[in-house]
Amino acid sequence: MFKTVDARGLSCPVPVIKTKAALDNMSTGTVVVLIDEEVARENVSRLAHSAGCSVTVEAEADEFKVTIVKDGVA
Amino acid sequence: MDVDLFTLDCECGCAAKIPPDRLRNILTGLDLPQSPALLVGPETLDDAGIYKISDTECLVQTVDFFPPVARAPYVYGQIAAANSLSDVYAMGGKPLTAMAVVCFPTKQLGPEVLKEIMRGAVDKLREANTVLLGGHSIIDPQPKYGLSVTGIVETNRLIDNAHARPGDLLILTKPLGTGITIMAVKGGLATKEQEAEANRCMASLNARAALLAGDCGVKACTDITGFGLLGHTCQMAEASKVAVELAFGKVPRLDGVIQWAKMGLLAGATYANRKYVEHKVRFDDDILLEEQDLLFDPQTSGGLLVACPENNAPEFLRRAATEISTKCAVIGRVIDAQGDKIIRVSEACCEGD
Repeated sequence: MFKTVDARGLSCPVPVIKTKAALDNMSTGTVVVLIDEEVARENVSRLAHSAGCSVTVEAEADEFKVTIVKDGVA
Repeated sequence: MDVDLFTLDCECGCAAKIPPDRLRNILTGLDLPQSPALLVGPETLDDAGIYKISDTECLVQTVDFFPPVARAPYVYGQIAAANSLSDVYAMGGKPLTAMAVVCFPTKQLGPEVLKEIMRGAVDKLREANTVLLGGHSIIDPQPKYGLSVTGIVETNRLIDNAHARPGDLLILTKPLGTGITIMAVKGGLATKEQEAEANRCMASLNARAALLAGDCGVKACTDITGFGLLGHTCQMAEASKVAVELAFGKVPRLDGVIQWAKMGLLAGATYANRKYVEHKVRFDDDILLEEQDLLFDPQTSGGLLVACPENNAPEFLRRAATEISTKCAVIGRVIDAQGDKIIRVSEACCEGD
């Protein structure tokens, strides 16, 4: 399963809540979160780690692409 | 209540402060007017300013205001007032008068909302035996509310953040985690009970805690607000030229906050606070990231951090059990200065308390 969460322009806790909803609704798969502030990047990364997922962050201009992989093992 | 102030997009409470390092840079190099009567000015980043008006008495002045920290306007007003009054209490003072500072979006919200905010504030002022002299209001798309409070302190009961002494026990008089809880409330993850308890703690006056501090011979104290427990502890330690040991396991905290911190429900100021003091803190290996985050969490109307002479700490705690309605505990102790690391955080540090 693959989902994209566009959280650009949104302040915390909204990006975290939207990402959590996406992760909660899949057993395995990938969620890509688009973010435009550092606090949201950190918070979404913490969420993914707490859910036992792997996280990679790519910076593109003033935006971040956070890729979260849920393998269903954790 | 019809209006939910959390539907407006804004930074929360004391989390909306300008970060302390940036503030210090702004103040550095300013040629501030001096006076022999000025006892505590902006330099030590203390809770309030102190100006001597006679041989026995000093004026205590402070101002504090912030965007909504609660859904209900009445509760927001209560919390804003308790928070503003707290700076006077943290200096050992007795508040006398207050002026309201109001920024309000008159197009988006009706006048009855502001009236409810004011009613909450006035109820707290009444509880604090403090009168409202007036205030100033401007139209602003983001609501903000607070008070400038003036009080008086007897010179021999003056408490600042620069007189903590090695051996003093550190007592915190409210649970930590209001910043995280506000995020959880905004995210729809807090229960009604968790939200209500955080609101109750934020709206509690620090009046009794300050009175106890004065009675127990406390010479150093600060209130825990936007810079978080570690930020304010660091300011007190630096101003006092001492170091501090904290026992994480003893720090009172609101229900749910560790779990929410782990989920990333953190205010932006948490990261700013970490950046500001992290290099001065040594965490033991068993203090988890989310536990550290709680210690950096910006507090709104937090408790007092009291450096209590060890011999008087039992008396403080005994009276606190009946006189203070929020969780209160010894969370660490003051030690001799140790070099770069001003604060050490372990699970349980202090024997003998």
